[in-house]
Order: sequence, then structure tokens, then C-alpha cells
Amino acid sequence: MTGRRLGVVALPYTWLLLFFLAPFLIVLKISLAHEAVSIPPYTPLFERGGLAVTGANYLFLLSDALYWKAYLGAIRYAAVATIATLLLGYPLAYGIARAPARWRGMLLMLVILPFWTSFLIRVYAWIGLLKENGVINHALMSLGLIDAPLRLINNDFSVILGLVYAYLPFMVLPLYAQLEKLDPALNDAAADLGAPPARAFWQVTLPLSLPGIVAGVLLVFIPAVGEFVIPDLLGGPNTLMIGKILWDEFFTNRDWPVAAALAIAMLLLLALPMGLMRRFLRGVT
Amino acid sequence: MLRTIAGFETPDSGAIRIDGVDMAGVPPYRRPVNIMFQSYALFPHMSVVRNVGFGLRQEKLPRAEIERRAGAILDMVQMRDFAARRPGQLSGGERQRVALARALVKEPKLLLLDEPLTALDRKLREETRFELKRIHERVGITFLMVTHDQEEAMSMASCLAVMNEGRIEQIGAPEHVYENPANRFVAGFLGTVNLFDGKIVGGENGMVVVDTDAGRLSVAHPPHAAGANVVVAVRPEKLRLAATSPSVNAMAGTMRGVAYRGEASTGEVELANGRLVRVTVANAGGALPASGAVVFLSFAPDAARILES
Repeated sequence: MTGRRLGVVALPYTWLLLFFLAPFLIVLKISLAHEAVSIPPYTPLFERGGLAVTGANYLFLLSDALYWKAYLGAIRYAAVATIATLLLGYPLAYGIARAPARWRGMLLMLVILPFWTSFLIRVYAWIGLLKENGVINHALMSLGLIDAPLRLINNDFSVILGLVYAYLPFMVLPLYAQLEKLDPALNDAAADLGAPPARAFWQVTLPLSLPGIVAGVLLVFIPAVGEFVIPDLLGGPNTLMIGKILWDEFFTNRDWPVAAALAIAMLLLLALPMGLMRRFLRGVT
Repeated sequence: MLRTIAGFETPDSGAIRIDGVDMAGVPPYRRPVNIMFQSYALFPHMSVVRNVGFGLRQEKLPRAEIERRAGAILDMVQMRDFAARRPGQLSGGERQRVALARALVKEPKLLLLDEPLTALDRKLREETRFELKRIHERVGITFLMVTHDQEEAMSMASCLAVMNEGRIEQIGAPEHVYENPANRFVAGFLGTVNLFDGKIVGGENGMVVVDTDAGRLSVAHPPHAAGANVVVAVRPEKLRLAATSPSVNAMAGTMRGVAYRGEASTGEVELANGRLVRVTVANAGGALPASGAVVFLSFAPDAARILES
């Protein structure tokens, strides 16, 4: 390898090493320690000249049903939200991709526009909209459509709504990129050969947009599983998501080793769907 | 025009009838017409044989019949060996054959070809012309082909229409349209032509005499009102070149450029008034005079045509 090529490859690797691998190893180290009343609140890795590691934190995760229930809960919320963003995002992306070229830029802008406001503020805004005496209930009641305020917040509905709202652009953008590349002549060809619009969609457009669907699903599903802010602010007492439990372990219980073990477990479990998706993607393209 | 016949666009006026059936309101997927797209529009996610079978699958035919018909049509375009490949693994010429097979496999009443040869390189284009004609004779389906290449149009068509801004200027057999162009546009579009603007000053015995900037020219033509403004059109290959002044339709000039084209040579002759006239001489007739030589051009009265100006 020449010096220049080494330099080019070294930069991203250094970046990954510093900001991904190093933090990962630190968290891994903490997950193998015991909880301690000290600063930092865990035992050192080397004690009295020997290596002091324990698997107790991982065993603890397995012993308490709360953790795997929270993990499954997070997957369930994320899966429902991902399907909903796909169903909403696909027609949206398709519409933008087939819009006249001079409109496309503006329409894409509108999709990205919410990013100009802080994510946290936008989630807080939903509280204002959804709460018992919030904008939506107030409007529906003054229109006489309902007598008593609807329960719109602190339940599954509001969590899914928040996730769909927050992650929709991550579904629309890769789908748009894929659909925009599709030659409209392919749809004409399908129609010419006898396929009505719906069948042309299933047999031509959908299979050809699969890479965009996979990218969008990964971009939404993975961060949605680890999401903490949305279940914390919009969720109710029964909302069990792994991100929230993780936060509680770190900051409420101050049990860093268990929280670290939880983080490692989550990472490994997330790598699984990601790996499957990649294999699937390689299979279709 | 092809998109309108295929049903992707609605005509502003008029009707499209295929075998006497009015196609108004019939969607593309129900028309007995198939189109071969200029870009071929092959489905990149399907193998060659699945591309070809696509149209048959829409008709819900039995699998065995689909395979048989797709195989037979691939044999005809000599693409059987490539059946399992994806379009991305094919060359331009191979893709063209697959697109043709896909459009033919449903045995449409009319096959539309949208500039089918433009994406191919010159040599392949000429080979494919003969190939297309051969396939056309074998399948016996009406082909409607759009092309910007006039040579392609003339060599392939049994009936040729010259279109200008969406309107048909002239329609007929290629020989007829070439020899008897209806107007200036058609004359200039198909091949090269020398046009002499002028005014009819007389005529007799099936001839008219036109006073042009190249002198008085006699052309075989039915009687025509004197004083009318007309154009005399003469193809370069109908002009004769001589060193001494001929008796009829003589034009004196100086040889300018000569372009050697193998089977023939084309020269430019500058007339006394400065205008350039093109003349083509078959190589059997000997070499063209060198540039600067004084020459005389002439043509037989029946070799030229009178066009409305």
C-alpha cells in the first residue's frame, strides 16, 4: 500500500477508532466491573495485580424480566413505527419523485424543514398539541365533535405518533433517491405489455425501489429502537422501551455496570437485524 | 405520435383506429399494440427471459406456453444463450434484440419502433437494418418505425411518411417520395437537392420554362399558369457535368470543392452569380474535374421537378 492510499484509508479508520471503538471498549470495560460507591461508580479493571472482571451484570439482565421485556417493547414500537413511516413515506417519496422537476426541490425542502428546529422542542410541541387541554382536544370540543377530551398522550398512540413524526424524513429521503432514479419509461413499458397500473407497481416499481426501502427501514428502525426522548416525554407509565430503561439505570439508579451491560446487549441485538437486512439487500440487487 | 398510438397520450383531434376499432379511451395495457422504446426500457431486475415473458405473464397464460413462446422469440433474435442474463450484463446490440423480442412476443397487431437503431454504433446499425427487415418478413406484423435517419427510412420502409412539426407532409413509397417530393421540405429532408427559385415564363409540349437565378430552365411538367412563383428541384445525381456547353438547361460555373465518397463523388460548382450547386457523379463515370476548372452543368427536362414555392 502506498503512502497516499494509507493516508486516505487511515482517516476514516482513525475516526472510527477514536469515536466508536474507544467508547465501545470503555463501555465494555464498565459492563464487566462491579458497582461501587465511588467516583466513577464502578470497580477498576485491574485489582491487586490481577484482572477483575465479572459477568454478573449480564446474568442480572437475564434474571430480571424487565430488561428483555423492555427490549421486546422497543422492537415492537420501532417495528410499528417503521411500518407506519414506510406506508406514509412511500407515497410521499413517490409523489415528490414524479412531481415536475421545478417543484421537487421545494417539496424536498419541506420534508427537511423540521430539522431546522431542535428535535426536543418539536417533541415538546407535540405535548402541547396532544395533552388533555391541548390544541387538538380544544379544537375538537369547540367544534362540538366530542364532549370529553380524548386521551391522546402518554399512551402507545402518542409514542408511535412521535416516532413516526420524528423519523419520517429518514424514510422519505432514501426512498426518494431510489425512486427518482427510476426511468419512467419502465412503467410505460409495463403498461404497454399489458400490466394495469397496480400490477406495474408491484412487478416493476416496488422491486426496483427495494434498496431504498431497505435503507429507509434501517435508518428508521435502528434509532427508533434506542429512542429515549420520545417514550420519556410522550409515553405513559406502561411504555417500556430499552432506551428509557438504559437512561434510568445510568442516571436514576447510578448503576453504571448494569447500564453498560444493557448498552452492549442492545448493540449486539441491533447488529442482528442490521446484518440480516444487509444480507437480504445483497440478495435482491 | 407513437406515444399517442400506444395510448400514453391523447390526440388533440382525430381518431386512432386499429383494425377498424376506435382506440379512444382504451388504456395502453388493453391496446393490441406493443412499442419498442428508444431507451429499450428493459426491466433491470429481471433476466432476459423474464423480460420477454413479462407481457405473456400479464395475460395469465400457462407457464409452459410462456416458456415456449419466450424461447421461440429469443431463438428468432438469436438471444437464446443469453436468456438467464440481466439486461445490465448485455451490450447495446444485445439489449436491442431483447427489447425487440419483448415487444414481438405478444404478437401485436402493430409494432411501434421508436428510433430503434439510434443507440447502436454505425456498423451495427446497418447490420440491424437487414435483421429487422428479415424479422419483419417472418412475423408478418405491421411495423411503424420513427427515425430521423432518412437513409434508414428509405432503405427499410415499404411506405414512408415525412413529418414536419406533427403533420404529415407526404406519404408514399420511398421511391415515389424521393423522386416526386410534394414540397420544399420533403425535397430537402430526403437526400440532397438543388433548389432554384424562379417564375414561370411559358411552356409548350408538356414542358414549362422557368426563369431562375441560374438562367432559363425547361422542366417536364403539365401546363402551369405563367407568372407563378415556383421552385425547380434537381437532385445532385441527376445533374450532368460537361466541359462544353450542352444544348438544354446549361449552367456555366467553376468547380470548387470535391468530396470523394467511394462509390461516388460529390462536387460543388459555383455559378456565375455566386451560388453553389451540388453535383454527384458515380465513380464509373471517371474523376471529377479539379477545383478551379470551368464546367457546364445540365439536366434533362424530365430529371427535375417543379415545386410550389
